[in-house]
Amino acid sequence: CCCRALLSRPHGALRPRRALAHGPEMHFGFQTVTEEERREKIYQVFENVAKKYDVMNDSMTLGIHRLWKDILMHKMNPCPGTLLLDVAGGTGDIAFRFINYVRAVRQRQLQRKLKHQQNLSWQEIFESYQKDKFNSLGDSQVVVCDINREMLKVGKQKAQHLGYSEGLSWVLGNAEELPFDDDKFDVYTIAFGIRNVTRIDLALQEAYRVLKPGGRFLCLEFSRVSNPLLSRLYDLYSFQVIPVLGEVIAGDWKSYQYLVESIRQFPPQEELKAMIEDAGFFKVDYENLNFGIVAIHSGFKL
Amino acid sequence: GRARPSHSEPRGRDGRGREEEMEGWQQLYPGYIPTSPLQKALLAAGSAVMALYDPYRHDMVAVLGETTGCLALPNLRDKMKNHPEGYRILQERPRIRLSTLDMGRLQGLPDGSLGREYVRFLEDNKVSPDTRMPPKFVDDEELAYVIQRYREVHDLMHTLLGMPTNMLGEVVVKWFEAIQTGLPMCVLGAAFGPVRLSTRKLQVLATELVPWAIRSGLNSSCVLNVYYEQRWEQPVESLREELGIFPPP
Repeated sequence: CCCRALLSRPHGALRPRRALAHGPEMHFGFQTVTEEERREKIYQVFENVAKKYDVMNDSMTLGIHRLWKDILMHKMNPCPGTLLLDVAGGTGDIAFRFINYVRAVRQRQLQRKLKHQQNLSWQEIFESYQKDKFNSLGDSQVVVCDINREMLKVGKQKAQHLGYSEGLSWVLGNAEELPFDDDKFDVYTIAFGIRNVTRIDLALQEAYRVLKPGGRFLCLEFSRVSNPLLSRLYDLYSFQVIPVLGEVIAGDWKSYQYLVESIRQFPPQEELKAMIEDAGFFKVDYENLNFGIVAIHSGFKL
Repeated sequence: GRARPSHSEPRGRDGRGREEEMEGWQQLYPGYIPTSPLQKALLAAGSAVMALYDPYRHDMVAVLGETTGCLALPNLRDKMKNHPEGYRILQERPRIRLSTLDMGRLQGLPDGSLGREYVRFLEDNKVSPDTRMPPKFVDDEELAYVIQRYREVHDLMHTLLGMPTNMLGEVVVKWFEAIQTGLPMCVLGAAFGPVRLSTRKLQVLATELVPWAIRSGLNSSCVLNVYYEQRWEQPVESLREELGIFPPP
């Protein structure tokens, strides 16, 4: 059928690859590599895409990734005073949303407080306003942790450009071995990052370790589309269009080929749920967005 | 570090089996990326738009050339095969790179010789032969060389035509190349390049330069059939005459 002709790559180009080096075999997209090679390759991918990361996200998802991240934030529903760890947070999308959210909640808090203080003198109102004004985030804090220097660099530049400084810190670190003490954070998020972690089980264990008892784990990630028709359209778009977008916009075909392949290699919803439970989390659940193109997994450390 | 086994076998997307993809593709040539016809079409459209939008994206011009050259490239290759000098070039596959050129020797050649003028051109315009993109999307290894040769010879075109690397000069060279090679990318570049020129320049372009470029292009024998590396001592004018390029206005 002409569809096949349109979509198939030249046969002459296909020849079997030699077996690769020693070490445990892992996948890098559809290639087979060792663990060490995988880490290196993924580091390089993000080093290459860092500057165009946000532009590419908007192009590939037609801006819908912003909605997904907004939904994540609403699900989290943080109150002022929350300490958030955003892992693989690179360019800061989740962190900035968090700050906006708690700031808005804090505003509403302060307004409600002022409404109840009808009988105070101007002096007293002024003083209480002063006290709270310098606490517009209500002591909320977010730590952005990423393994890749280039991504952090882009994130910091963005923060400066957009005017985010309070309650925000940037840490270079590996999700498999976090540079934080036990029982520190109220919420742990990892948005579109866990797919790139080489040992997901270790990352989940670390997440459990650094969360306070009662803390929440939230993971936003590409997942499995079960609807067959939609799945085919999604595959078509992913494999035919996305690498082309990568080449045209970022001058980088291979990184985006890796991206779409890695989505196919990642565990589907139920399997990820089981892995999160294995790490010790309770009340683990997931919510599909856009028919499973993306899923939010949530769990609690109790 | 146990490798994660793949889960539900996805149906073959773009018509290929899962196993073939797992094995990966061996390189036809370094940097080769196989693409489906749909991808080539999307790349052609995307690169055309991007090249117009951001003229500094030389890689987009290169991609446009590769994805639209499926008729012109075999044509060029055949022209080369049927010419003794062109045939030798296809056999020996010379590359024009800083590492292969003896810049000192070329600089020492007399003024007016191809080598001396070529080096002068590189210096004046502050360009280097090493910035040419290697091909990625050409599905035939010999054709990939042909387009690579075309790219590397481009600077020599500038030298032969006496055109600088500003927008005006590039457009003139594109007109010449469009006639000579028939590459759609050259045709598009020649047609749309002038969009970014001032009216004064457009006038010069339309009245003097383009007619001259077209006449020379039609009159000249195929510029890819010249083994430039063996003709550094030849005076530029003599080479122009030999090829059939009229003196620049």
